[in-house]
Amino acid sequence: MTMIRLVLKELVGMFVDDGSLALLALILIAVVTAAVKLLALPPLIGGVLLLAGCLAILLESTRRAASAKRKA
Amino acid sequence: MNDLSPILSIVTASFLASFVEVVEAFTIVLAVGVTRGWRPALGGAAVALAVLAALVLAFGPLLALVPITVLQFVVGVLLILFGMRWLRKAILRSVGVIALHDEEQAFSKETAALQRQANDRRADYLAAVASFKAVLLEGVEVVFIVIAVGSAHAQTLYASLGALAAFVLVILVGFAVHRPLARVPENALKFVVGLMLTSFGVFWTGEGFGADWPGKDLALLGIFAIIAVASFAIVRWLRGAYPAAAEGVAR
Repeated sequence: MTMIRLVLKELVGMFVDDGSLALLALILIAVVTAAVKLLALPPLIGGVLLLAGCLAILLESTRRAASAKRKA
Repeated sequence: MNDLSPILSIVTASFLASFVEVVEAFTIVLAVGVTRGWRPALGGAAVALAVLAALVLAFGPLLALVPITVLQFVVGVLLILFGMRWLRKAILRSVGVIALHDEEQAFSKETAALQRQANDRRADYLAAVASFKAVLLEGVEVVFIVIAVGSAHAQTLYASLGALAAFVLVILVGFAVHRPLARVPENALKFVVGLMLTSFGVFWTGEGFGADWPGKDLALLGIFAIIAVASFAIVRWLRGAYPAAAEGVAR
């Protein structure tokens, strides 16, 4: 059981390190996909928004980590 | 070129990502081998490889049942999460916010732990478990990478070859030098892998919801270039904006 728990923990850890980065990325993907599928946003525009959104989330996550390190 | 570029990028991503993971697993197996002997070290590693092979054989064929657009979307989302995690860590290591992974240190730590267990009558078993755990946990990541970068374009064979090449290279070099591969520029590799996996993720998620990328597969290179430029700009900006965090920076 310990080994299964360890592997499951590793599996989750593969995708989630900074929880808010993972959550924001999932929200971004959900919003862009919904806009494409439900609001007829052109899929290519959706792809560009996805790319820009990922970079914005990455910037915010690394800025927050650097800021926390400076305060520590 | 249009056919070759996705294959090359899949092989490269799989090779580099697997290389980093195999180096980490090799460090632990080597520590076990040097401290407790090669029988528990290789025995634990062999059992872990068998478990990984069983996982691939059990779940691999199921992927063929999933429609390609659904598969591309799901794999794309997972790759965005996985790739951005690697990229974030590599950026933070580049600016000194988190420490670099040190194979020599990991080797010493594992060796010390094994030496503390030397008088335990289960010492060989515990050593084999350490080897098993290292190979299984790093191997799970390799399996995910191979399946993820390979399955969305039905190129799992090429992705597997990339991973196999990394495995063989690390084993050959590792056993030749007989010490942890501490001089591997691990953070630079992780940076490149993070860029590649995030690019694959954005590309396939886009394809999954119907984006017709200009230039087809060549768009992958464009996405990679944009994410690379942005990531290097973030590194540069963080070094300027948070100089205290960047003390003792790794370049």
